[in-house]
Amino acid sequence: MSAADFLPRSSLSSLIDLLQQQGYRVVGPQVIDGAILYRPLQQADQLPAGIEQIQQPGQYRLIRTQGPRLFSWANGPQALKPLTFAPRETLWRSHLQADGSLRFEEVIETTEPTAVLGVRGCDLAALSLQDQHFSGDPYYQQRRDSLLLIAVDCSHPADTCFCASTGDGPDARAGYDLALVELDDGYRIRAGSPKGQSLMDNLPLDAATPEQQQQTDEQHQKACQQQRHLPAFEPSRLIHQGQHPIWDSLAEACLSCGNCTSVCPSCFCFSESEVPELDGTTSGHQRQWDSCFSEGHSYIHGHRFRPDTKSRYRQWLTHKFGSWVEQYGRSGCTGCGRCISWCPVGIDPLEALTELGREDVE
Amino acid sequence: MSNPALPTEAVVLNRIQETEDIFTLQLQLTDPSQQWRLGIQPGQFNMLYRYGVGEIPISFKAISEDDQGHPVLEHTIRAVGRVSRSLAELLPGDRIGLRGPFGQGWPLEQAENRDLCVITGGLGCAPAVSIIEHAFANRTSYGHIHIIQGVKHSADLLWRSRYEFWAQQPNTTVLMAADVAAPGWPWYSGRVTELIKRLPLKPDKTLVCCCGPEPMMQASAEQLIRQHVPAESIWLSMERNMQCATGHCGHCQFGSDFICHDGPVIPYPRLCGRLGLEGV
Repeated sequence: MSAADFLPRSSLSSLIDLLQQQGYRVVGPQVIDGAILYRPLQQADQLPAGIEQIQQPGQYRLIRTQGPRLFSWANGPQALKPLTFAPRETLWRSHLQADGSLRFEEVIETTEPTAVLGVRGCDLAALSLQDQHFSGDPYYQQRRDSLLLIAVDCSHPADTCFCASTGDGPDARAGYDLALVELDDGYRIRAGSPKGQSLMDNLPLDAATPEQQQQTDEQHQKACQQQRHLPAFEPSRLIHQGQHPIWDSLAEACLSCGNCTSVCPSCFCFSESEVPELDGTTSGHQRQWDSCFSEGHSYIHGHRFRPDTKSRYRQWLTHKFGSWVEQYGRSGCTGCGRCISWCPVGIDPLEALTELGREDVE
Repeated sequence: MSNPALPTEAVVLNRIQETEDIFTLQLQLTDPSQQWRLGIQPGQFNMLYRYGVGEIPISFKAISEDDQGHPVLEHTIRAVGRVSRSLAELLPGDRIGLRGPFGQGWPLEQAENRDLCVITGGLGCAPAVSIIEHAFANRTSYGHIHIIQGVKHSADLLWRSRYEFWAQQPNTTVLMAADVAAPGWPWYSGRVTELIKRLPLKPDKTLVCCCGPEPMMQASAEQLIRQHVPAESIWLSMERNMQCATGHCGHCQFGSDFICHDGPVIPYPRLCGRLGLEGV
């Protein structure tokens, strides 16, 4: 059985053209300032050809190769998060009228239909977590509704990746419209939604050869062999392990910079603030990404109940891997490894979890 | 569905200075289409907004009436942060923003046909006054009403005449405690937990509503359990930083609970493993 599912490399631009014809703004991975970022994309030659990467604790480096592939890297600092949960946005404005009364103006921008090319399995899983969390939030929802998601199964996980052990990768498992497997000479495509199927019906596809099918399987097997794994620990116990010595050593290393929460595809905290305009009659009410590592996060009438790095790190880790399970039925970690690579001091939370899990056994 | 992030306008009818830093705002909504917000229940809260300054969550104290019989929303606030100090400057006629109601209030239905025990500390009495007033307004639905209020210093006691009024009502016990009592304080000097021991509780027939500092609520719940009150009959009103009030901004998380929508009123068994944990 060999249904036509193979798009030759030379025809990738027909997918981008098709999306543009259907009115989508196309967003895809590009090399910007030494990292892979999602940016508006006009044509296939903007994609990161031949780019591979090295990720280690506290390290992210791109390598140029002569290879033909466009998706032979794991991820960049951004997930889908900025496309749905804006880093900063105005929620409403209040207008102070001449008679002293207040008028409130709702500000919900409309996002044009956006097709994202090159989405990873880990980020689709995190998007599904954010969908749960931001249920009922009209600002998130209008952006979310604009998205068409074209995944590419991860063929080159980084050393920091552990999506195979969280069950979220390396292949895209759910939540995509189309998913691609990149081979040397082209792409095998599968549809995950009716929209994806109708796109597929309009692409010049061939049947995959037995060699291409074998390459797909081998590539998948290889991508599953990752260096890092989620260790065994008891999620419901984490919050009760506040006296464990690991928190002191983490606090000694951690700069409380919040990089881990910024790059995390599932972290959802935001703070709200008021931005009065200089004319004195209008004030914007904004929200922007916040972090449980920020000083103001735990502020409550005059004091902070998480005054130090130790208590803030503990909040982050016990929430992400512990309380999250009670909140949303699973851990908040999808194994993307960004918090490890983008930590300026190279903290690996898996090491901390290993220690905490050890206490469970003893 | 209306956007829960968007405030509506309210006008300040009156500001009552309760103590040096505690004041009550009496508010009326100016948009007739927003009157549904007056359906706020005891234990729930509103977000109050001062133009150009910001928003804070303030629990609902009471609905009273103005001279024409129109409903008036009352919120009691301590001026301690940037927004609350700004709200303290309001004068009658000033306009603010209001959105809500938010959160889970006191379990009024479960309390029916039972004794009601309201234990509060400090300004924790404000969210509890609403349930006391509700109980007296529907007096036949409740058995005995026990009220305990504790304050750090006797001068901090709010609504003294109200407590004295309740103390004179039939089937009602009112006990007051001050950690530090000035001369002339007619009630107990010490902690509320000592007063709990004096209550003639019927453990299986009582529902407890507790609001105050967390160590005080924890100590009270533990004392009540020693007096054989079932843990599931004890309800605490929790407080955390709340910015969105819709369970999204993440600041009010207490372990797995989002205090703004899972609470602020939460049954004690759900909280007891986490109360007192440092930094949670």
